[in-house]
Amino acid sequence: MQINDLINHTSEWLKGTGPNSDVVISSRIRLARNLNKFPFPHWASKAQLNQVLEKASQAMAKVEPLKDATLFILADLDSIDKQFLVERHLMSIEHTQKTEQKAVLVNNEENIAVMINEEDHLRIQLMQSGFNLFEAWEIINGIDDALAKLLDYAYLDDFGYLTACPTNTGTGMRGSVMLHLPALVMSRQIERVLAAIAKLSFTTRGLFGEGTKASGNFFQISNQVSLGHSENEIIENINGLIRQIIEQEIQAREIMMSKSREILEDRINRSLGILKNARIITSQETIELLSMVRLGSDLGMIKDIDRRTINELFIITQPAHLQKLENVKLTSDQRDLKRAELIRKKLNLL
Amino acid sequence: MLCDICGKNQATVHLTEIIDDQMNELHLCEECARHKSAAMEQQFGLSDLLAGMAGFEKSSAKDEEALTMKCPACGLTYADFKKVGRLGCGECYNVFRKYLAPLLKRIHGSNQHIGKSPQKAGRVYKKKDGLAELKSQLAKAIQDEAFEEAARLRDRIKEMETKKEKE
Repeated sequence: MQINDLINHTSEWLKGTGPNSDVVISSRIRLARNLNKFPFPHWASKAQLNQVLEKASQAMAKVEPLKDATLFILADLDSIDKQFLVERHLMSIEHTQKTEQKAVLVNNEENIAVMINEEDHLRIQLMQSGFNLFEAWEIINGIDDALAKLLDYAYLDDFGYLTACPTNTGTGMRGSVMLHLPALVMSRQIERVLAAIAKLSFTTRGLFGEGTKASGNFFQISNQVSLGHSENEIIENINGLIRQIIEQEIQAREIMMSKSREILEDRINRSLGILKNARIITSQETIELLSMVRLGSDLGMIKDIDRRTINELFIITQPAHLQKLENVKLTSDQRDLKRAELIRKKLNLL
Repeated sequence: MLCDICGKNQATVHLTEIIDDQMNELHLCEECARHKSAAMEQQFGLSDLLAGMAGFEKSSAKDEEALTMKCPACGLTYADFKKVGRLGCGECYNVFRKYLAPLLKRIHGSNQHIGKSPQKAGRVYKKKDGLAELKSQLAKAIQDEAFEEAARLRDRIKEMETKKEKE
């Protein structure tokens, strides 16, 4: 697979299917793993990082679900390609910096991605559409078991999997769920919900991971604690919290539908109107309007546009995606023009 | 929309700050955002936060000893860890165990892993090391009169020993 092949492909997690997919976009599990006897990436020499890269990629080539995966060497990619992989949620922003000896392995379905030599030697991630953490855990656990037979992981009985940063030690696991919570935002209940999440030792991030603002009513919620609980307990804790948030969002949607249906319909249809007609549009405005259109589709107010199309639009209207589609470097102003054109084409064809 | 800080350039970066329970929205131009994020990094960098947590309650001769302690496998000193907030290698966890155990407890509320383990770690050589380590921790806990911790360690040693007998 070439990087350009990805552009015509819909990532597994964007399909808009799976449990509770009216509120939950995707579920993700990532495991941090390091090789025994090798310094962690920030403290290792180039030669050591090369060895890690070689050992890790050889091992992964033998593991069933990764056999057909493609290894992208980051030093070989230009800045648009790197940004493109970040926008597809296949790697972190951190992984685009100081790229020597860094790589990312991506399978054809794009639901598995392994970052090599990021903060830890291996960051294995699995993404599922909808609310599906346990299924994600089952798959990633199998991959991890298979890799553990081929690689000597840094591990201690009492501290668990050893990671560069002590905030990931133990299970090395982070489970995250991406939620779409427009009704909680519009009814101004979201601050209360976010405060409660923080109190319970969970973190909230934006659509594009660490350090990004929650925009377009999207919130990514994940566990902070990785030591002292089993993987199943951690997932069960996240699930419990997410179930409550889903319930509150659904309730808020129902109240809005019964009490202020006209206002809601107006906002949703105006949003669609702008998207179908705008000639210049920023990515921020696009995300906010698409969020309303998605709500309209989920509530049955918009019938001719499905979730998958909306999810795809979130990604293909991002800066690097636009530039890959156009195959040229574009300035911010040029992107706003091209973005509006692309959205019009996609929505008016339907 | 104009930048909230300079009021001159177009705001293209949108930021939400949460201080205590107060949410504050900021709309900044690229240049001001860069200054702002550098300032925030200085205030709230994770490595500083961790380094702060890894700090010692009171300075004493003991600190000096800790700061100069060096991992024989990778050469990282505890002072390096305090500065960058990252360990150097897996062996660092053994070398700095006595400082890391309380730090992990502060971060996670526990310093005892109970999740999965790589199949290889189940082999006897690792377990023996773990057991010896637990016994030395137990001796230290008794010495420090940390009886709750001692009871927990005792139970864990017992559990590991019965498991070993079964094998």
